[in-house]
Order: sequence, then structure tokens, then C-alpha cells
Amino acid sequence: MRVARQIGQRLVTALPSVAGVIVVTFLLTRILPGDTAAYFAGPAATPAAIEEIRARLGLDQTLPVQFLRYVGDLARGDFGASLTTGQPVLADITARLPASAELVLVALVLAVAIAVPLGIIAALKERSLIDHACRVVATAGVSLPVFFTGLLLVYVFYYILGWAPSPLGRLDVFASAPPTASGFFLIDSLLAGDVETFRATLAQLVLPAATLAIFALAPIARMTRGAMLSVLGSDFVRTARAAGLSPNTVVMGYAFRNAVLPVITTLGMVFSFLLGASVLVEKVFAWPGIGSYAVEALIASDYAPVQGFVLVMAVLYLLLNLCIDILYGLIDPRVRIDA
Amino acid sequence: MDKMPLLDVRDLTVEFATRRGAVRAVDQIDLSVMRGEILGIVGESGSGKSVTSYAVMRILDRAGRIAEGSISFSGMALQTLPESQMRDLRGREMSMVFQNPRAALNPIRKIGRQIEDVLLRHAQATRTDARAKSIAMLDRVRIARPEERYDAYPFELSGGMCQRVVIALALACRPQLLIADEPTTGLDVTTQKAVMELMVELTRERRMAAILITHDLGLAAAYCDTVMVMEKGKVVESAPSADIFSAPTHPYTKRLLQATPKPGSVLRDLVMDPQPEPPPPARPIQPGRILDVRGLVKTYGANNAVDGIDLHVDRGESVGLVGESGCGKSTTSMMIMRLLDPSDGSIQFDGQEIGAVPARAFATHPMRKRIQMVFQDPTDSLNPRFTAERAIADPIQRMGGSIRRDALRARCEELATLVGLPVHLLDRFPHQMSGGQKARVGIARAIALNPDLVILDEPTAALDVSVQAVVLNLLQDLKISLGMSYLFVSHDLHVVRLLCDRVIVMRAGKIVEQGTAEQVLEAPTAAYTRELIAAVPHPPT
Repeated sequence: MRVARQIGQRLVTALPSVAGVIVVTFLLTRILPGDTAAYFAGPAATPAAIEEIRARLGLDQTLPVQFLRYVGDLARGDFGASLTTGQPVLADITARLPASAELVLVALVLAVAIAVPLGIIAALKERSLIDHACRVVATAGVSLPVFFTGLLLVYVFYYILGWAPSPLGRLDVFASAPPTASGFFLIDSLLAGDVETFRATLAQLVLPAATLAIFALAPIARMTRGAMLSVLGSDFVRTARAAGLSPNTVVMGYAFRNAVLPVITTLGMVFSFLLGASVLVEKVFAWPGIGSYAVEALIASDYAPVQGFVLVMAVLYLLLNLCIDILYGLIDPRVRIDA
Repeated sequence: MDKMPLLDVRDLTVEFATRRGAVRAVDQIDLSVMRGEILGIVGESGSGKSVTSYAVMRILDRAGRIAEGSISFSGMALQTLPESQMRDLRGREMSMVFQNPRAALNPIRKIGRQIEDVLLRHAQATRTDARAKSIAMLDRVRIARPEERYDAYPFELSGGMCQRVVIALALACRPQLLIADEPTTGLDVTTQKAVMELMVELTRERRMAAILITHDLGLAAAYCDTVMVMEKGKVVESAPSADIFSAPTHPYTKRLLQATPKPGSVLRDLVMDPQPEPPPPARPIQPGRILDVRGLVKTYGANNAVDGIDLHVDRGESVGLVGESGCGKSTTSMMIMRLLDPSDGSIQFDGQEIGAVPARAFATHPMRKRIQMVFQDPTDSLNPRFTAERAIADPIQRMGGSIRRDALRARCEELATLVGLPVHLLDRFPHQMSGGQKARVGIARAIALNPDLVILDEPTAALDVSVQAVVLNLLQDLKISLGMSYLFVSHDLHVVRLLCDRVIVMRAGKIVEQGTAEQVLEAPTAAYTRELIAAVPHPPT
């Protein structure tokens, strides 16, 4: 009950941010160079034809009028239509968002699964070989641009070794997508009991997810190590040791549960990096995600998809931060009281 | 019956690996504790008293190691025992209670569960009865409503309650040896008394052996059978606690004893070596009030942290503001310093009302430079990236008008000399200085603009007694030679008596008693003041 009210309050406080995002994206897309009407009319169009298209798109109106119309459409759930695909933006985004979300989430899970244990071990064996190795790996991962890591992985695992399938989208050309339930192919294929599709999806997903995960290793591993080091040096860990608690209880039960708090905060930031980085990875792996969609629209001066993309990302980010705050409260009783 | 000591340490040497090679923190010490005996280890910071106990428990951090010696605990040689067996002993046979109880408990685990963890680990309870045993243990350390408190987190409890929980945790498995490392440092005197009595009662009742590690000779003498004094990793003296007080033999013990404020001691007597200089010539003072506070109130929510107090400080006078944590003494000093806006009441400084000036605007107020403050923790109150010189020069540059660079340096050197800080230390950063030196920087900074009133907020609480003795004398000399007034906020009655002309005792936001230092301390009228004085540990006579 109290938690529900807190979530409600948090959502209300998020509304101004959403409003700000709407205004900024609207203005930004109008300020950007490029004439949508001219682009849409094609290179051979006469000035009269361009003007006609401009009027049809409502671009001859003043900015405030355009803005009001935009907000009115949004309120009705109408994000406008993409000029390049001809589809409503909302339909495009709902079709493509799960692809990106699946990619980023799998990458995040992969990164956490590697980086957190690595960080813990590095902290337990401070200044040992493992610690140094952890630092080198993490630094290298974050230093390489994602498109480079992506291409390298494709070169090694697809071209040379031939272990990975061709990096062309979420599924092999010949396989068919599982019936849509969540939009996440991994989940949908399992729901449909289709192990073959599940394996095919996973095979396609491994390289792009690994590319993103490598990029995300460094901040998570370094944060885990730092947080663990400071917690391991704290008084209550000394008390736990002096009480004879087993190393496992001390490290995982006492130290890690305290150290996980800053790590969760970092995860939120890493998630937003990954959303940004996924644009490039989607390009490299021909991933039919929302990032590549937005970039194409931007290049084509196609306003509506760009606005829709930024808005959806902003809302996603707000929701993610809300989740982190709730999680934080579940772990740390002190935050519960203050909130 | 058992003539064999429970714990017998011979030639113990502990070394720490540092960048400059191995450093001996403990150097060939011997100690032994019998069952039913309480041993006190007394020493100042760096004496190796805590390291000794960590070595016994084998919980030294990675850089430290037992280089030499033997530790025999009920017949077992601990120095060679495998870590897995050591873990079985810790908590079950030998336990530890630490300083700073709130930090010593896991902040995100219910206190009852933390006690259960220990019980379950040492097979003293099963899943079914762990909760009941944990609650029984909370009850045993006299925590009221233990069933409810089982679900409390450390941040929901007071410092004294947290220390009871730590004691419950340490004693849950009925160990034979309890080591308490500064268990009451930072707690109020009345809380200290309750915690110490509880600990002594439980150890006596179970015929346990105990080691009390403290910097407070008075505390050790009051509760221990034998007292061992350590200096720089060596034991300098070990004797029954009555003898240590009446007939100390080692010069260090004598010096320590001398430096410890006690009833009847005089400020000058605290320092033996080197002999303090005679008091400086006094600056003539015009009579009158420098500070006059009336009806001061600070409200937080529905509570009054400060509840309508009147106090005044005369020119050249030092007034002690005494009380336990939460009594409102710090809130009062913050309001007088104009760091906090009062909810009601007036603060007159040198006849001018400053209580109405918003705290935010007071930084640029002309009166600001005439009131200064010296803070409790000399380390935390200095900017770690400022050299001593810059720290001292900071207020001069902000409020002393324009000053040439060489004149500024000269002024800093003058101030350093005044507070007894060697001039060559001016270029050092806080981490390169000792606690006493940092305290001097804090004082130099406060007197840099020749203030009329200095608020001293427990200025010596973080210092060793011998350093405290020197700093208290310095403060007294500065007051006389510069003609300043002090408002001295403290919980230590002995220290207040040494430095202050008048004492004000606060409790729950109200003044319960005020008068001259002799009156209040020798013949207190309020019951609360008597309670406070009685709670200060008395050595056996």
C-alpha cells in the first residue's frame, strides 16, 4: 500500500520531465536542417508541389500551432506517421522496440553475470593478478568503440571460425518468427514450445549482445570492486569476522548486500549508455531495432519517428529509474524511511 | 581452582608491511588473563593496544602479521591454528565488542537476524528456536520490548542501544573471553556507565575473562582488576588497578595520569613535560556582555530541539555548555554561530541583535568575523586539499580585507607561533600532520581575525589525553592574552571545569542548572547534574 503510493508519487514527479522532453524534441526536430517537404516530394518536384506537400503536412503553420497539434495527437496516442516507411510511428516503434529491448537486456544480464563476480573477486584479492587482469579486460572493453568490437566479433566468429550465424537480424532468413506474445523472441519461442526457434534466436543474439556487454563490463566491474573494497573494510564486516561467521556469509551475506547498492545505481546509467550504443550495434548486425530506425529517420529529416523515438526512450529511462529506486528501497531499509 | 590463565600471550610482536618496510606495531609484549578477571589495556593512539587484540583474535588486516611470539588460549596455540579452526573459536569461545557500535552492525540487516547469524553459525540454535534465543539475548542485554526490537535496523536505535546489541552478539554463544575495544568511546557518560556495568555484570556472572581496551585510565581503573599501560607497542607498566592510580612507577604512566582531568586537578598541572610556561600577560578587558541570548527556540517538526533558553557570556569569560547527545547544545551553538536560523528568541552580540539575520546572509555580515568556531574533529573540519597555511589564511582573505601576499604569510607565521605550531609545518596538508597539530591549525584559523567570541565544540574530544592537556592549556593562554570569550560545548565535565568560569547544564532543550564551575560540579542542585557527575568513572581509592 505504502509502496504503491510511493510509486504513484514518483510517477507524478516524473511528469514534468516527460513534458520537458516533449517540448525539447519538438523544437529540436524543427531546428534541425533539412526540409521535410522537399525531401518527401523528391528531387524532381516543382516548387508548387513542394508547397502543396508542406501544406498537407501542416508545416506551413506557425510553430505554436504545430506544437499544439502535435500534443493533441500525442494525447490521442497518435505519434504521427513515418514518411519513409509510410506506417504510423507507434506501430513501427511497437514492432521494433522489443528487438532493441531484448538485445539491451540480454547484454545487460550478460555484463552483470560477468562483471559482478569479477569485481567481487578483484576486491577480495586486491592487487593480485586477478585484480590486474580484471582491470585490463574492463578497460580494454570500454576503450574499444562498439562498432569495432562488433565487427571484430563478426570477423572472428562468423568469417574465420564460422561458429556464429550470419549477422543479419534477429532470425535467419529462412526461419519464421514465433507468435508474438511479448515481442521478445527468446520468451515467445519458449512460450510456443519451439526450441528450434529459441536456439536460432539465441545464436543470432549472442554476438550483438556480447558486443554491448563488453562495452558495459568496465563500469559495472569497477563499481563492484570499489564498493566491495570499502564495505570489506567497514566496521560491521570486522564484527562479522570477529563473530566467526563463515567467509561465505561475510562476503555474500554481509558485504555484497551492502555493496550492491552503488552497483544498482551504476546499472541504471549503464542501461542508458547501452541504449545509445545499441544504435551502432544494430547497424553492424542489421538488427531491426528502434535505434537504427531512428537514425534512418533522422537522416531523412523524418520528424515523427525521431520525436517518437526520443519520447519512448525518455519514458523508458524514467521507468527504469523508478525500478531502481524501488529496488534500492527493498534492499536498504534506510532509504525506505527517507522516501 | 584454575591457576592456568585462560589467555596467555608471550613475546607477541606484530608487524605491518608498509611502503617503507615493516613497522612494528606491537613489540614483544606479554599478557595473561585468568578466568573471571578483567584486564584493562590503556594507551594513547598508536600504542598498539587495539592491534594486540586483533592479533589475539587473528583478525589483523592483510598488511599485518604476527611476527613472533605465542598466544595460548585455554591450552591452544592460536598463532599456528588453521584459519578454519580459528573461525570456530571466534564468536563461540572468544568475542569482541567494538568502538562505534552503530557502524559495527550491518546497516541493512535486522538486529535480531544478526544475532541469529552468530547463533546458527556456532550451532547454538536451530532454525526453529533461533528467533526465540535471539530475543532472549536482546532481553538479557536489557533492551526493552525485545520482540519488537528484533525487527529493528541499527539506524533506528540509539548508540547505546546499538552497543547493547553488539554485546548481545558477542555474548550470544557464551564465549570464555570477551575483548572490548573502546566500547564506550563516543557514548554519553550515563550511557557509558550503563553499558560498562552491563558488560561487567555479564562477564562476572559467567566467570568469563575480559579485556577492556581504552584510552581512558579512569574507566580502566574503575572496572578492571589489572591495568596494563602500553606506549608505542610496548607494555610499560602492569599492575592492579588500585596501585596504578596510587603508585604509578613508570614515567609514562605518571604523565598519562597527570594529563587525565579529574576532580581537583588544575589546568597547568595536566602538562608535566615540558614544564608549561607561566600564563601570558592578560589583555585588559572592558566589562560587559559580549553575548546575550534570550528565549531561544529551535523547532524541528513537532519537537523543540532547543526550548526557550536564556544564556549570556561576559567579555573575557568562558562558559561551558554541558549535556548529553540530543540535549540541544550543538543546535544552540549553531544558532549562535548563525549557521542555523532560530525559530524564536533573540541573540544579541555586543549589544546588536543578530538572531534576525538569516543564516545565509550572515556570512557577509560585519559581525561574522567577530564570532569564530573550533570544531570537534580536527581532521574532518580541515579541507584535505588545503595546506595549513591556506587553511589559516582562508578567513583572513575572506573577511580581513585586502592583504598583501607577504603580509599574509607573515600573519600566518605569527598565528602558527601563537598556537605553538612549528612554522615549517605550514606547508603541510592535514594528512601529513598529527591530531594535535591539526587541532592547532583549527585554533589558529579561528583566532586569525581576533574574534571576540569563540565557540569551541568539543575541541579536544578526538585527541589523546596528553595532547588534550596541551591544547586546553593553549586555549586558556590564548583567551587571556587575546581577551577573547569562549562558549565551550562539551560532554566532559572534568574538562569543562578546568577551562570554564561558568557552567550551563542542558537537558532535552532546556537549561537545568547554571552557575560557577565550582558550584555546579562540587554542589550540584539539579538531580540530573548529580546523575551526570556520578556517571563519570571513578577510579578505586
